Amino acid sequence: MNYTEKVMDHFLNPRNIGKIEDADAVAEIGNATCGDIIKLYLKITSDGVIENITFQTFGCGAAIATSSMTTEMVKGKTIDEALEITREQVADELGGLPANKMHCSNLAADALHKAIKEYKAKNGIK
Amino acid sequence: MEHRIYLDHSATTPVRREVVEEIMPFLTEQGGNPSSRHKEGRIAKTAFEKAREKVAAAINAEPKEITFNSCATEGNNTVLKGYMSGLRGNIRKNHIIITSVEHPSIFNTAKSLEKDGFEVTFLPVDTKGALDLEILKNSIKENTGLISVMMVNNETGNIYPVEEIARIAKEKNILFHVDAVQAIGKIPVDVKKIGCDFLTISAHKFYGLKGTGALYTKWGKWVAPMISGGHQEKGRRPGTENVVGVIGMGRAIELAVSELDEESRRLKALRDHLEKRILNEIPYTRIVGDPENRVPTITNISFRFIEGESIQLKLDNDGIAVSTGSACSSGTLEPSHVIAAMKVDPEEAHSSIRFSLGKSSNLKDIEYTVERVKKIVEQLRSFSPVYDKFISENETGGNR
Repeated sequence: MNYTEKVMDHFLNPRNIGKIEDADAVAEIGNATCGDIIKLYLKITSDGVIENITFQTFGCGAAIATSSMTTEMVKGKTIDEALEITREQVADELGGLPANKMHCSNLAADALHKAIKEYKAKNGIK
Repeated sequence: MEHRIYLDHSATTPVRREVVEEIMPFLTEQGGNPSSRHKEGRIAKTAFEKAREKVAAAINAEPKEITFNSCATEGNNTVLKGYMSGLRGNIRKNHIIITSVEHPSIFNTAKSLEKDGFEVTFLPVDTKGALDLEILKNSIKENTGLISVMMVNNETGNIYPVEEIARIAKEKNILFHVDAVQAIGKIPVDVKKIGCDFLTISAHKFYGLKGTGALYTKWGKWVAPMISGGHQEKGRRPGTENVVGVIGMGRAIELAVSELDEESRRLKALRDHLEKRILNEIPYTRIVGDPENRVPTITNISFRFIEGESIQLKLDNDGIAVSTGSACSSGTLEPSHVIAAMKVDPEEAHSSIRFSLGKSSNLKDIEYTVERVKKIVEQLRSFSPVYDKFISENETGGNR
């Protein structure tokens, strides 16, 4: 169950870490019992483009790498494009994840969807 | 070659040079089967029996009380399952007692016996991992036939009071097995002083070869063998002898025992230094286990707000090998039952790292390790949502 080079790169040099104080959307997913917590912060323009996204993650190498990769994948995309992104795509972009990490440590896409859905609901966007 | 700092000696140890020298003739010129009557066989048999004497002497047993096997998992399985199958339907003694912090080779074996209809008591431990012997005494019933307790815990290094437990077992006429895998070379192991009926050891924990173990069985005691076959090991463990592994084990245990005093003093000083620096210089860290009652080579430290596998991976990338109790690093993603038994809260349980020192450990490497750990913990906490939440809720901060 070794990590790919790409996973290790994102784990060792995570992109877009930290928080955005005046974020337009924030979502947290996971819990300490299962060992992974991912929190995303999004800055969204009035025409629905994700101009900035950052993360905070408590978790294993896969949890950190998938968080980092997800932020890279969605930056500059519209919120509707971002909603199309799946866990599988995140894993594929990283060159794959060990099978036992696919479920528990690949939560960033879920956090992203949660953030965007809440943002849409709050702003009355369908 | 890349300089590595190996701090995972409780997982396994490299084979030491003296052991390699001892086994070399048996890997090259000498290939006899100890059961053969010709010269090649006799040479193998002589060296093999010499090794048995060394292993016996190291734990104050008689050579005839030593049975060689493939590893501690086999030894532990043999005692529990062999005891149960030896009952042959005598259900008057079908209850065994173990602790809730045993190695998986005892813990899961007991669980499987439980599924087969035998009765098992898993003794609880307190938050430091210590046993309450009153609970043990109260767990003994009419049908209790066997107690099995580890001498040293593999995750925390905690030492368990096997001599006292042996006395309790003896009083009630109950067989007593000690899993001493993590004890050899760290603290004295003397089967007569302990007063146990069975004791398991494994060579690769003290610089011998992987795939070689031994089970001490007090003369006159018996458990049913796990496998059937020839006459080897008096029928207790049939199969052609692991000549090379056993000869290596004899040399390794002889050295481990003769160096015990000096090496454990040296490693305790290094371990204490490592531990003191981490606890003093990194906030929100603590020792998992009982600091007052441990082998000198292990420290298990929790680094709150961050997860163990990520610490371990980063250390590995920096050339340092350690292990973690975090569920996320194990194949199964099951949390460590040892840490869970100590009622450590889940978030903290995920953040524990075990450093286990050994022959290659030195002060320079320990200092370097502390520096790397400090950097890594700081970096991982810088984007931990748990740390962020904690700090914003406790603006005053400070170590606990």
